[in-house]
Amino acid sequence: MLTYLRKRILSSALPLVVVIVGVFALARLTGNPATLYLPLNATEQMRADFTARMGLDQPLLVQMADYFGGVLKLDFGESLRTGESAAAMALRAFPATLQLAATTMVLAIILAVIVGCWAALKPNGVADRISSFVSMAAASIPDFWLAIVGIWIFAITLGWLPTSGVNGSEAWVLPIATLLLRPFGVLVQIVRGAMVSALSEPYIKLARSKGAGDVRIVTHHALRNAAAPALTVAGDLTVGLVNGAVVVETIFGWPGIGKLMIDSILQRDFAVLQAAVLLTAVAIFVLNILIDLGYALLDARVRPATVKA
Amino acid sequence: MATPLVQPGHQPPTSDALPEPAAVPPLEPPAAEAAEAADKRPGLFRLLLRDKFATAAAAVLLLVGLTAVFGPALMGDLATKQNLLFANKAPFNPANGWEYFLGSDSLGRSVLARLVIATRTTVAVALPAVAIALVVGSLWGVWAGYHRGWRETVSMRVADVIMSFPSLLLAVVVLYVFNPSIANIVLILALTRIPIYLRTARAESAELQSRTFVDAARTFGAKPNAIIGRHVVPIVLPTLLTLATLEFCYVMLAESSLSFLGIGIQPPDVSWGLMVSQGRQYLQTAWWLSIFPGLAIVVTTIAANMLAAWLRIATDPAQRWRLALPRKRLIARIPAKTVEGDK
Repeated sequence: MLTYLRKRILSSALPLVVVIVGVFALARLTGNPATLYLPLNATEQMRADFTARMGLDQPLLVQMADYFGGVLKLDFGESLRTGESAAAMALRAFPATLQLAATTMVLAIILAVIVGCWAALKPNGVADRISSFVSMAAASIPDFWLAIVGIWIFAITLGWLPTSGVNGSEAWVLPIATLLLRPFGVLVQIVRGAMVSALSEPYIKLARSKGAGDVRIVTHHALRNAAAPALTVAGDLTVGLVNGAVVVETIFGWPGIGKLMIDSILQRDFAVLQAAVLLTAVAIFVLNILIDLGYALLDARVRPATVKA
Repeated sequence: MATPLVQPGHQPPTSDALPEPAAVPPLEPPAAEAAEAADKRPGLFRLLLRDKFATAAAAVLLLVGLTAVFGPALMGDLATKQNLLFANKAPFNPANGWEYFLGSDSLGRSVLARLVIATRTTVAVALPAVAIALVVGSLWGVWAGYHRGWRETVSMRVADVIMSFPSLLLAVVVLYVFNPSIANIVLILALTRIPIYLRTARAESAELQSRTFVDAARTFGAKPNAIIGRHVVPIVLPTLLTLATLEFCYVMLAESSLSFLGIGIQPPDVSWGLMVSQGRQYLQTAWWLSIFPGLAIVVTTIAANMLAAWLRIATDPAQRWRLALPRKRLIARIPAKTVEGDK
């Protein structure tokens, strides 16, 4: 198990390293921070002082070592806007996004399993129609537009829900509904497909012949085998959820990491952007490891013989 | 699976059979069968017309294409013409004249004309991005899959690295550093989509390179690049083109997301995503400013999705017969491949 885990960690760590180096390279490409940070009428002396203080006069390798040291200590410098530590700002925004993403994924998985299983049991039934329609919608409707239509109908016209903010449970409805569409639409097709093939296996016939009902067959026999592909896709979708979170948080004024990133881009606040991007990359890295572990626990063919599920 | 594809003429000839034309008689039955099949098989275009939904989808895409090409020449002036007397007019009111049929914005510009102009920008970003990703990703993937070994491993690692990072974040960071010009948006969208083609082409080509007909070509001394070009690419191409149709949706949605967030297309240029974004602040008073451009995106992506679903069946010789049957409807299911393109 440890060998397996070590192998997976090493292969997932490669993208992480690429991101860290890439952010450093991009930070240097943005040009001399002195022109960016200092006022237009700054003197030559001020510029030289600033460059020396930021360590920008050092050789590139020294700068890189400094940068890596800073990353390890979560030190990304201070925000231009607030003067606060960039890492602190990113860490403060992170839980809001995590709550949003976790709620969405849990809801998406539960709904997809219910609708997907139902659709697989009754081809061309109501659930089957729903699942194809939602999948089509998920692949075609831009999330920002869905959010705006939601605001227009439920917040402005009907006045049932707030247009933005995080106060009260009503504020969660529109952001989660917007984020939910895409993972649900993809997952429901995966669950349905995996269930259809699992239901045609001989062991299902055996279970039926011993008198098991539909519900028991689905929950005890088919779902266990259909869960593995769904889990892999769910992991991919969670990574993709970051895209949706950026858009949804911007529209609904959700104080998460996505809004923080867009705000810091629009205000050229590179330290905060850097901290937010690296934090997201680390979160995705951890998520990938967790998915691999979950996969190993679910599928006996991946799991080494010594580990009991 | 491989056996039906092996033509009798490609069997390793024995030394005495080589000069004789003896190889010709066994060639005849498959050739005759192929001719017969060609007679029965309607052309791709006639096949398309048999399917209502696919025809409608193709018509919508054709309309979008024509609008992008000719629209700006016809309505370009109208899109920038301001008329404060006609500011914030509601849509569907014939009294305002045809140019305000879809309403007008706060400066009295026609929403219809602006939609037409935006069509060109939207298509001008999506098409080159898809084309670049298709060509680079496919050739790279076919090459990696044909040669296997370290070339395959390195290529797959590169694809993993790009795919393991949310594409929007990558675009956000890169467009922060480089200005969000149309060329940069096209390049970054192409870059994030290359792995999709790379993976698909690699998988297909790795499987094909072990087939007997490729072996035969190798035996005749064909160079790797010639084999890839003549024997591998034509077989992989239909799959990749179908994928590209789906990717068109994805890239269009990605561009509109970027434009919506303010780091994509910049004013005075206008794309559908940017129009949704600009109309957002008038949502309470003029809903049509945001809703119509969004509808344009939705209709175009649905059409491309449906066409891709049809193309997948039509280009698959094992499934094409389904389309020749009289059918009530073609359920346009989202193929499992979109899953990969979901980041």
